[in-house]
Amino acid sequence: MPNMSLTKTPVEEQAPLVRNKNFLEVSLGYTPEQAVEEARRCLNCKNKPCVAGCPVNIHIPDFIAKVAEGDFKAAYEIISDTNALPCVSGRVCPQENQCEERCVRGIKGEAVAIGRLERFVADWYLKNVNALPEKPQSNGVKVAVVGSGPAGLTCASDLAKRGYEVTVFEAFHTAGGVLVYGIPEFRLPKAIVQSEVDKLKALGVDLQLDVVVGRTITIDELMEQGYQAVFVGSGAGLPMFMGIEGENLAGVYSANEYLTRVNLMKAYLPDYDTPLKKCRTVAVVGGGNVAMDAARCAKRMGAEKVYLLYRRDEEEMPARREEVNHAKEEEIDFRLLCNPVRILGDENGKVCQIECIRMRLQAPDESGRRSPKEVVGSNFFLPVDAVIMALGTSPNPLIRSTTPGLETNRKGCLLVSEDTMKTTRDGIYAGGDAVTGAATVILAMGAGKKAAQAMDEYLSGK
Amino acid sequence: MVKIVRKKALNPTVTLLEVEAPLIAKKAKPGQFIIFRVDEMGERVPLTIADHDPAKGTVTIIFQKVGLSTRLLGDLNEGDTILDFVGPLGVPTELPAGAKSICVIGGGVGCAIAFPQAKENFGSGMKVDVIAGFRSKDIVILEEEFKAACDNFYLMTDDGSYGEKGLVTQKLQELIDGGKKYDAVIAIGPIPMMKFVCKTTEPYGVPTVVSLNPLMIDGTGMCGCCRCTVGGKVRFACVDGPDFDGHQVDFDELMNRNAVYREEEAAQREEGHHTCRLEQMGKALIP
Repeated sequence: MPNMSLTKTPVEEQAPLVRNKNFLEVSLGYTPEQAVEEARRCLNCKNKPCVAGCPVNIHIPDFIAKVAEGDFKAAYEIISDTNALPCVSGRVCPQENQCEERCVRGIKGEAVAIGRLERFVADWYLKNVNALPEKPQSNGVKVAVVGSGPAGLTCASDLAKRGYEVTVFEAFHTAGGVLVYGIPEFRLPKAIVQSEVDKLKALGVDLQLDVVVGRTITIDELMEQGYQAVFVGSGAGLPMFMGIEGENLAGVYSANEYLTRVNLMKAYLPDYDTPLKKCRTVAVVGGGNVAMDAARCAKRMGAEKVYLLYRRDEEEMPARREEVNHAKEEEIDFRLLCNPVRILGDENGKVCQIECIRMRLQAPDESGRRSPKEVVGSNFFLPVDAVIMALGTSPNPLIRSTTPGLETNRKGCLLVSEDTMKTTRDGIYAGGDAVTGAATVILAMGAGKKAAQAMDEYLSGK
Repeated sequence: MVKIVRKKALNPTVTLLEVEAPLIAKKAKPGQFIIFRVDEMGERVPLTIADHDPAKGTVTIIFQKVGLSTRLLGDLNEGDTILDFVGPLGVPTELPAGAKSICVIGGGVGCAIAFPQAKENFGSGMKVDVIAGFRSKDIVILEEEFKAACDNFYLMTDDGSYGEKGLVTQKLQELIDGGKKYDAVIAIGPIPMMKFVCKTTEPYGVPTVVSLNPLMIDGTGMCGCCRCTVGGKVRFACVDGPDFDGHQVDFDELMNRNAVYREEEAAQREEGHHTCRLEQMGKALIP
């Protein structure tokens, strides 16, 4: 008899006003008992709509059935069959728009907590088994992966499992891409990312850090060196700014800069050398996950007041529901329907105020989105000593500008064939944000997976 | 990780390190830079490539000990390793097409970056004059190297303790007044120096390339920490530069942005927790 509770089994979390002063993980995850209880809510329905909602098509009801039986190891094996980074996706996926959105239990009541269950299983395995995979028999074919973010790691993992000799080239000194520089420790502990990278190494993947493809070495040089195919998973790391007055004052950051200082360079730990200004009042501009991360980091770095300025309303916010709720609980001050028009500095050129204007949403346009319009004369000022711009990112031009024949769209995203992720050059594949522009971790993983499949087919037919 | 193969003190605060970095040595061009990180807790710091030897696979950096990270770097010896060393970053210097006669101006430790410019262009058959400026005699660097890499070498000191007394801009003005015609000027040094060199050349319409030195983190264009205003547009020095048309640069904004962490940097120098850790390790090793 399944558990017919209409609501998800609750998960324990750090109390909001405790956690907004530390970088420890917010959600403590399910206990085995809670996991079994929640797993029993799954009806194991015949047409499994949840699976189609998952970009890497995890066999969701199958793994949940194993959890319900208490066989967590078997559950892990089912997940890892299709998902290279289960510890990660269980934590950062916007499940409400993916697997859980399609869950039958969600029609009346709440969907099964698929994300929490996935995370439980992956964490349980890491803690209780943590067996490193064995290196598969090599087929002697060299392939290169550019970028070690979620797309690159997934592609590398799938190719290595098929026997390819994979080398991953990463520009930073740590592998993981946005998983290490962007998403904060309190959402995704870095030790977990490292454990996934260790698994990749055990599969025989060679990880070359501090190599900027396009500068240190080009894709064509890689191919001359005998790499038979290349996957470009270089992401969308180029931050956008608004172009308003005062944006270059001291104290204005891109979210990428702020988060890189905090997360990758560990400015939140006293022993690390990278500095970060102590700010008392911070304005974060944007409504995506990155804006939530930046606002919550700013709070944890000691800001007394953190405003979140977003030009649309809450319904239109692209951020994960859970992060929006967490941010509110942590006393982030949401100022919706409000957009900055300029930033003002003091006599020393440091940020002291931000001028905003109120916005009103218009009727939905052809695309169905309600675009915001300024309310004339509604300007107001907020005193702030830092501004963090989280307006989105676009692909870095470095690879396309140093690789002849790689075509992009007008936004600089690499053009690929949708089925195979093949670019406009033979042997070069791409996926993740480098193709789509800033999107989600799980979509990047899905693209990495699809590309690995196509690269395998291409190389086997050679 | 890269290994230090040669270390040389150029003056009491300026050090030269030659490191094994074959990929970078093969690719580097004048104007490009690297980013280093000394150890696991270190910060990422940019330094311009002062020299490179593709055959030996080495890259030379020259730096002044101005704060925590450069001091830690300076404390390393031959045979030691630097944890992270990334490059070459930025775009190589571009001179106006057809330039035949240039003046390279270096200020202080900026001479380390001016040197590869003189060497490369002199080597490719251009007429090269060099003006090198220092505060005083005791901090002069690369004098012999410069002399071998240009037609005319002018050494200036602020206090007149060596070479000629005066600023590099005075010498430049004097040369221009004396009828020298340059197709381009390359100025590398402290921001005020670059700013005033640009002011000097502007009335004569001499194209002037400056190498900007904003704060940086990644050095690959993903954060915008190094953004500068050039010709009214926001540019990222790490990917669009670090060289720009000096007549278009907003130097005052650059100076303002570079001062953001002055207090934190001073505290780092004071505290030097890093040194404490190293000292502790050192003590632990002594029986």
